[in-house]
Amino acid sequence: MTKKIKNLNLNFGPQHPAAHGVLRLILELDGEVVEKADPHIGLLHRGTEKLIENKTYMQAVPYFDRLDYVAPMNQEHAFALAIEKILDIEVPIRAQFIRVMFCEIGRILSHILNVTTQALDVGALTPSLWGFEERETLMTFYERASGSRLHANYFRAGGVHQDLPRGLEGDILKFCENFPKIINDLENLLTDNRIFKQRNVDIGIVSKEDALDYSFSGVMLRGSGVPWDLRKSQPYDCYEQLDFKIPVGKNGDCYDRYLCRIEEMKESVSIIKQCLEKMEKGPVKSFDGKITPPSKKEIKQSMEALIHHFKLFTEGYRVPKDEIYKAVEAPKGEFGVYLISDGSSKPYKCKIRAPGFSHLQSMDYLIKGHMLADVPAVLGSLDIVFGEVDR
Amino acid sequence: MEYCNSKKKLEKKGHLVDKMNLNDLEKKINSELTTKINSSHIKHNQLYFEIDKDDLIDVVIFIKTNKNTKFRQLIDITVVDYPEQTQRFKIVYLFLSHEHNQRLILSYFISENEIISSLTSIFPSANWMEREVFDMYGVNFKDHPDLRRILTDYGFEGHPLRKDFPLTGHQEVRYSEDKKKVINEPVKLEQNYRNFDYESPWEGTKYIKEQRDINDKKN
Repeated sequence: MTKKIKNLNLNFGPQHPAAHGVLRLILELDGEVVEKADPHIGLLHRGTEKLIENKTYMQAVPYFDRLDYVAPMNQEHAFALAIEKILDIEVPIRAQFIRVMFCEIGRILSHILNVTTQALDVGALTPSLWGFEERETLMTFYERASGSRLHANYFRAGGVHQDLPRGLEGDILKFCENFPKIINDLENLLTDNRIFKQRNVDIGIVSKEDALDYSFSGVMLRGSGVPWDLRKSQPYDCYEQLDFKIPVGKNGDCYDRYLCRIEEMKESVSIIKQCLEKMEKGPVKSFDGKITPPSKKEIKQSMEALIHHFKLFTEGYRVPKDEIYKAVEAPKGEFGVYLISDGSSKPYKCKIRAPGFSHLQSMDYLIKGHMLADVPAVLGSLDIVFGEVDR
Repeated sequence: MEYCNSKKKLEKKGHLVDKMNLNDLEKKINSELTTKINSSHIKHNQLYFEIDKDDLIDVVIFIKTNKNTKFRQLIDITVVDYPEQTQRFKIVYLFLSHEHNQRLILSYFISENEIISSLTSIFPSANWMEREVFDMYGVNFKDHPDLRRILTDYGFEGHPLRKDFPLTGHQEVRYSEDKKKVINEPVKLEQNYRNFDYESPWEGTKYIKEQRDINDKKN
């Protein structure tokens, strides 16, 4: 007698700790083997793009912090660059170094979170305890520069909001001296760890061709052996003046992506050091009074500055009619802003291209034929943050 | 683990062959697809092409496979809404070529109820991008394997990114203590959403004479 066995449908999330936020994954299981995965997203949808259309350019910046909230400034960077390109304004060199430095701090923030939580997903608790202590240090750097640990709102079209406070540069340098040791500690725990390797090696393999077809970017692309990094190939701000390497994986599995992230953190530390070395005193904002708000001191003394201040914080600056796509290499991949301005002080349209969206889309392709227990491992190595996927 | 630290090494690997001149690339594509390209221009180091709705599949297959273009990656699909035009939606496709290190932006206009072809057979990643476009703008796709809403709530009505959709929405959600479940209600606001017009009077106001001229033109 043959028995007909029905496939089991399993609802994974949205409240599952390994779902990295609010992912609802509907899995079709044949025994323990996943036949099909259907991610339901949008549980964190806040209508960012619609809100941005109704705000002035300056008011729109904080929305970018709330996308990928583990690396906020990298996203502000894309928006600032897009506006700068349309307005055709110069960014002072010190501001460029500050921005690049904080972007690299964001990269470390994001990679620590990803590497350690991925380890947590496959059973290692300690890395996250060690890693989060370092994240806390980095977030105090964010706080000292911008006033808040997470939602920085620090980058502006034409530079950054304010100069670094006294002593911060020295403290960041001190961190750069200590941090490689922490990376080594993490690597001692994970890289040759038998359990970690068993859970990650040869899991979720992506071939070169598929990585391109599925619109992968960032580590997901480099892990599969495609040497592509926007910081090198389409350099923005001062990346051209900096010397750094791009780690590229070979096998395209979860383990290679982990290795890429570890190596990228080391490179980021070296970039931060170079920025600190090359940074000289100077202005941190564009001089154009029609775009950059005047200082408090100026407002008290100059009528023109007062008018500028009033106009900038009510109407905002106007951006001429144009259409542009500007992308940066965010920690998770290519983060882009497709901006359409219509000559008014609000964007007509602002499409946000989040790397996590295309990565999560490939979940079905990645997980088909794997075991149920591999789902968190693959999900972890995709580096999903729901702030940016759902927007 | 290996490193690519110099541009030369990237070039050797077949990537980043020196940035092909944009003008050449524009000419090449224009000459190969003469009838299918309506207009093209270069701005901000990017190529912009305008095409006809029906030529989409042919053009995309060409730019993906031709060895001079190799736009292997579909970055995003999006729509711009111009409600005052008869062809109100501008569909925009962003492409990236790793090998030539170039970006290309393809666009065409459609009117509200037109159905357009899906790119899912050429780029699997178009699946969710088209679902998002369908969700946000209500544009329908032909031959899409799974056209469902993606970002909005289950049972949501309307298309939020259309310009005529109000910022505050139509429905609000709350937990009802009486019914012991989450319920949908029409939006109730203590104060309407206020949109201030900050334009200075000598830039923003239409003077009577201008207004008259505009009316004359209309008649």
